[in-house]
Amino acid sequence: MNMLYRAIVISLAALALAGLSGCQSVGVLSEVGAGVAQVTGVVTPQQAESIKRAGTAVGKTFADITPEQEYYIGRTVGATVLNRYKPLNNESANHYLNVLGQTLAQFSDRPETFGGYHFLIMETEEVNAFAAPGGLIFVSRGMLRCCRSEDALAAVLAHEIAHAACQHGLRAIKKGRLTSALTILAAESAKSLGGQYLAQLTEAFEGSISDITATMMNSGYAREFERQADQAAVTILERAGYDPQGLTAVLTEMQKHLKPDGAGFAKTHPSPGSRIADVAKFVGPVRPVTSPAVRQARFQAALGKL
Amino acid sequence: MARKSLAAAALLMAAAALAASAATMSVQVKEAPVRATPSFVGKVVGTLAYGDRIEVQQTQGAWSQIAGKGISGWVHSSALSTKKIVLASGREQARVAASGDELALAGKGFNSDVEAQFKATHRDIDFTWINRMEKIRIAPAESQAFLKDGLVAPKEGGAK
Repeated sequence: MNMLYRAIVISLAALALAGLSGCQSVGVLSEVGAGVAQVTGVVTPQQAESIKRAGTAVGKTFADITPEQEYYIGRTVGATVLNRYKPLNNESANHYLNVLGQTLAQFSDRPETFGGYHFLIMETEEVNAFAAPGGLIFVSRGMLRCCRSEDALAAVLAHEIAHAACQHGLRAIKKGRLTSALTILAAESAKSLGGQYLAQLTEAFEGSISDITATMMNSGYAREFERQADQAAVTILERAGYDPQGLTAVLTEMQKHLKPDGAGFAKTHPSPGSRIADVAKFVGPVRPVTSPAVRQARFQAALGKL
Repeated sequence: MARKSLAAAALLMAAAALAASAATMSVQVKEAPVRATPSFVGKVVGTLAYGDRIEVQQTQGAWSQIAGKGISGWVHSSALSTKKIVLASGREQARVAASGDELALAGKGFNSDVEAQFKATHRDIDFTWINRMEKIRIAPAESQAFLKDGLVAPKEGGAK
C-alpha cells in the first residue's frame, strides 16, 4: 500500500518534471510513472510492467477513437442536447458567442479538433452549458444572465472548451461499451462492411451517445474533471489576455441564482462556493473583474437585450 | 580537450534531437491552417486537408514546422497524427489490413453511415442546427481584430 502510494507520488512528480499539463491520457501517466518508480527501486520490474500494461490498455481505447469518430459522436450528442433544449435563433448573439469562443479555443491545449469549435445559445432560463465531444458547445440564456462581463462569459466558454479539449465526454462512455465497439471495428476492417456490422456498430454508437448525454445532462462529471476544466479555463483566459477573475465572477453570480436542489448546473456541478475556493488557489483572492469600457460596451451591445 | 568532447557530445545530442523530430505525419482534422510563424497571430499561408502526409522538420512548443503538399510553415501539433490515415472507401477500405497502431482508416467506425442509421431510428432528433452551427466559422483576421478592438492582449501571441 505504502509502496503503491510512493509510486503514485513519484508518477505525479515525474509528470510535473516532464511539464505535462492538465489532461494527459492514462497511458502516458502510467508509462512515465512506472518507468520512474522502477528506476528508483520502488516497484519491481514485473510490477512496473503490469502497471504499464494496465495503463496502456485503457489509454489505447481512447487512442482508438479517431478525431473523425469523435466528431460523429459529438454531432449526435449535440443533436440530443438540442432535442431537450431549444436553440436560440438569434444570429448576431450566436455570432458574438462564436467570435469569442473560437478565438478562445485557439489558446487551449487542443485548438485543432476534426470539425472545430462551434457555439450556440440554448433558449432556456435554466443555468446550464454543455460541451459535446469535438467541440460543439451549448450555453443557456440563464447562464448568459450570470455573466456580467465578456471576461465572465469567456470563463464559461473556456471551461466548456476545456471539457472538449480534455475529452471528458468520451471518457463517460462505459468501458465495456468501448471495448465491444472496438472489437466490432477490428472485425470490420478484416471483413467486408456488411449490414450486420453497421447494425452492431450503430448499437454501440447509440449506447455511447446515451452514456455521454446521461453524464453530461443528468449525473455530471467527476469532481476531478470539473477541477481540471476550471484550471484549464484559467490557463486559456491568461494566455488569451482575459481577466481570470472572470471565472470567480461568474461563479459568484451562479451562487446567487442556483437553487441547491435545482436543475442544470446545480445538479451536475460542484457548488459554486467550493469551485471559487478551488479556483482562488491559482488566481489568487477573489477581486472584481477589470474589463475595459470598450470591451464592456460591445458585450452589452451583443447580449444586453437577450 | 574536455571542452572539445563536451562540444562534440552537445552536437551529437542536437543531431539526435533533430533526427528524432524529423518525421512523416498525417493531418487528422478536416482542415488545418498552416502559418508563417509558430503562433495563432502568424499569417495563414495555406491549408492542409484530412489525410495529407507531411514532413515535420522541427517542433517548438506545441507547434510543428512542416513541409509537404507544396506548403511549408507551422501547424499546431494537435492537428497531426503519427498514424498513416488511409482515405479509401467501400470494398477497398475493407481490404486494407489495419494495424491500429500505425494505420487509421478514414471513415472507419462511427461515420456518416452510422449517423444515417441512427437518424433512421431516431426521427425526433434533428440535426438542422448542428449543421447550421458547424457553418459558423470565424476567420483568423476577425479573431485578431476582435482581440485588438477589445483590448485583449494575448501572452506571447497565442497558444504554446
